Amino acid sequence: MKDVKKTYPIKGMHCASCVRVIEKSLKRTAGVKDAVVNLATEKATVTYDTEKCSEEQIASAVAGVGYKAVMEQDVVSQDEEKIEKARELKKLRNKVVVSLFLGGLILWGSFPGLINTAPAFLKNFWVQLLLATPVQFWAGWDFYRATIPALKHRTANMDTLVALGTTVAYMYSAFVTFFPDVVMGLGLEVMPYFDVATIVIGLILLGRYFEAAAKGKTSEAIKKLIGLQAKTARIVRNGKEVDVPIEQVVIGDIIRVRPGEKIPVDGILLEGESAIDESMITGESIPVEKQKGDTVIGATINKTGTFTYKASKIGQDTMLAQIIKLVSEAQGSKAPIQRIADTISSYFVPIVIMLAIATFAVWYVAGPNPALLFALLNTVAVLIIACPCAMGLATPTAIMVGTGLGAEKGILIKDAESLEIAHKVNTIIFDKTGTLTKGKPEVTDIISLSSVIPAQAGIQNKILKQAIALSTRRVQDDILCLAASIEKGSEHPLAEAIVKRAEEEKVNLQKVSKFKAVAGHGVEGLIGKKQIYFGNRRLMEKEKIALGSYGEQIERLESDGKTVMLLATHPSHSEPFTPVILSEAKDLINVQDKLREESVLLGLIAVADTIKESAIAGVEALKKKGIEVIMITGDNPRTANAIASKLGITRVLSEVLPGQKEAEVKKIQAEGKVVAMVGDGINDAPALAAADVGIAMGTGTDVAIEAADITLINKDLRSVATAIELSRKTMRTIKTNLFWAFGYNILLIPVAMGVAYPVFHLLLSPIFASVAMATSSISVVSNSLLLRKAKI
Amino acid sequence: MTFDKIIVLILGVFGIGFTYWFFLMKKEQEIAVTGDSIDIKVEGGYQPDFISIPKGKTTKINFMRSDPSTCLEEVVIADFKIRKYLPLNKKVTIALTPQKTGEFSFTCGMNMFHGKLKVTS
Repeated sequence: MKDVKKTYPIKGMHCASCVRVIEKSLKRTAGVKDAVVNLATEKATVTYDTEKCSEEQIASAVAGVGYKAVMEQDVVSQDEEKIEKARELKKLRNKVVVSLFLGGLILWGSFPGLINTAPAFLKNFWVQLLLATPVQFWAGWDFYRATIPALKHRTANMDTLVALGTTVAYMYSAFVTFFPDVVMGLGLEVMPYFDVATIVIGLILLGRYFEAAAKGKTSEAIKKLIGLQAKTARIVRNGKEVDVPIEQVVIGDIIRVRPGEKIPVDGILLEGESAIDESMITGESIPVEKQKGDTVIGATINKTGTFTYKASKIGQDTMLAQIIKLVSEAQGSKAPIQRIADTISSYFVPIVIMLAIATFAVWYVAGPNPALLFALLNTVAVLIIACPCAMGLATPTAIMVGTGLGAEKGILIKDAESLEIAHKVNTIIFDKTGTLTKGKPEVTDIISLSSVIPAQAGIQNKILKQAIALSTRRVQDDILCLAASIEKGSEHPLAEAIVKRAEEEKVNLQKVSKFKAVAGHGVEGLIGKKQIYFGNRRLMEKEKIALGSYGEQIERLESDGKTVMLLATHPSHSEPFTPVILSEAKDLINVQDKLREESVLLGLIAVADTIKESAIAGVEALKKKGIEVIMITGDNPRTANAIASKLGITRVLSEVLPGQKEAEVKKIQAEGKVVAMVGDGINDAPALAAADVGIAMGTGTDVAIEAADITLINKDLRSVATAIELSRKTMRTIKTNLFWAFGYNILLIPVAMGVAYPVFHLLLSPIFASVAMATSSISVVSNSLLLRKAKI
Repeated sequence: MTFDKIIVLILGVFGIGFTYWFFLMKKEQEIAVTGDSIDIKVEGGYQPDFISIPKGKTTKINFMRSDPSTCLEEVVIADFKIRKYLPLNKKVTIALTPQKTGEFSFTCGMNMFHGKLKVTS
């Protein structure tokens, strides 16, 4: 008896009743111990005895109730693909060797200059026919196999051209061999062209062999990614550690990882700490320190410590699986630049056939003697030299290498179109919070109204000073208490900083009612009977609350790049706020009177965010490329400019409400700029979508950010410039490829037709045509592969 | 001009006309997928090469390649970001749930062979 636990994706589930139906059916199956179906993940986890039950029975139990369990064999594995491609390459190599060897012998026995050194039997036309026949119909069989059904469907491709060209040469040669007298009677030299037919086939197959080998390398990046997947996981169950295949890991499993081991799936670290090499996923070369509560990524390598973690994402939900999916999708997409090649390639082969017919007719009618031979050889040359493959390969091979290279560097490109547009970008807008800064602001200053009083009062008494100092601290606590209480319900990063500080200070928060977040302004709510406002200047202006003597202090803080949040209560709503300690110290200073008379502003809290380590270098790299860098933020101009100047950014869009970011992006586009917007992909999704290229900084283990065209999973801002450079280099490669592919055909097809003959007496031998044709597609693929070595 | 040259000239003109008609004036025959799946034979192109599927419904397109030409070893449905390797003589299923109507192409990896996919409302 051997129990295994496996998880299968289920297709066709809609509701909770589907779950019950599938579970019931599975549990009724002999050998199944347990079956748990999850509607959210659309997966069934089945524990069964392999001796009593098979995967087929599980699939059948699921199918029996109208659903489908996806078994592994439904998908063509990479290994299978690799084996098949290797088999095809071997077969091709054998054909190349045989055809070039036999073709070489024929060439030796027929080519002027070589013929004198050849043994007599090789000069015999019947021997040449014997040698040429297997090349034509065995090695060249694939050309016919593709041509015959293609013609049935009234389509044609390169194989059609090769089959036509070599068949014409072979058939003429066979005719010469069988009926030399007829040929002589026509006034032609009795000379077969078996060498042309065989060498052309050999060389084209050789070109195809190299092309297939090189083409395989264009998708190497994705193969590497697939190869990263761990095979097993060490799960802690009932206090014991058991190694299980990766497919059997379920969400919630506790997994132990030792130094040097691969982390099997994504999860949250529970116990222990370690440095983890995430370079294979994020491109970040320095190992990342991880401790309890941190996210660990599947397929990365644990370097130093032993730890346990809880699996949070498995199968197709892991970060690696998402990356593979994204890269596969990008490689399957089409760049707009390819459209022209698409249009031309759909007419190309029929046009070449028409040109070949025209070539034959013109040379036969108007060519010099022997006109038939000229017509024949030039027609074959036209059919052979035309290379539609180079046009077809020009764009996709470069896209495959480009997107793969990006993935290796932690830059995920959604599709070929995004990669193409990115090279035109001349303006980049960075969202400030969470993008240029760490997005984890900290409270730096808490200033209450009373804290300015000692200086104003000019009190000299020591005891009084101490009392005031104590009261100031406690008033600050009150300010923090009110601010944190009201911000507790907010999701803004600044709110998080204030609540965190309150927790650190062990301040007891108060109950808030009628909470309301005013986008781009702040928050408001009722604490006890007091209406409290907490937000920026705009909120104060909106509520007509004067800043009074705080103005200068606020400006000073903002000039340091700090964001100042103001706490106020409105006189129309309630009595002015009376902090506890103020009421105790009212015999010392009549603060309450001051509050009532001058302002309802109670205090302010300054929060500062730290600039990311890579931000300055990231901005610098873009400026070096001649790209204008703009910062967009909800901060006031003073704070925004202070941060921007630290980063070397001169153009700042400040006081922009979250909902206005999209409009700001459109305004910049209206200036004629091609705009990329860099943000976190969550709060600024509409702005990312509105930009020509939306670039999102990856967060956690989610890489498929819907609004983003490019996702930077390495969180390094220098990658923005790298992504632009990658796009520029890829587009340069595509343009070179297309120029070569079109140029080659436009130039050499007319030469093969003989247009250079009247002036230069230049004609193209079919053998040379086959060499040129074979090298043209190899050169396109090789040029794309050069991208892998590009410095970006 | 000799008789044989006149014949060659006439045949040449006819050959060009025939090639144009044969390859470029082909009438497309649309096959509407009524069930959940359709089989497409990959041999010297795609058969059928023009299918129509309904919007919003998952349709399985089963490709079966029997043509050894390396040109056909991949199928690309670029509008759906799909590039799939087609092993010889093995069925490969691509499930599509189109969300927009229109005509989309599917091609071989080298963009030599073309098929059309029409999504109807």
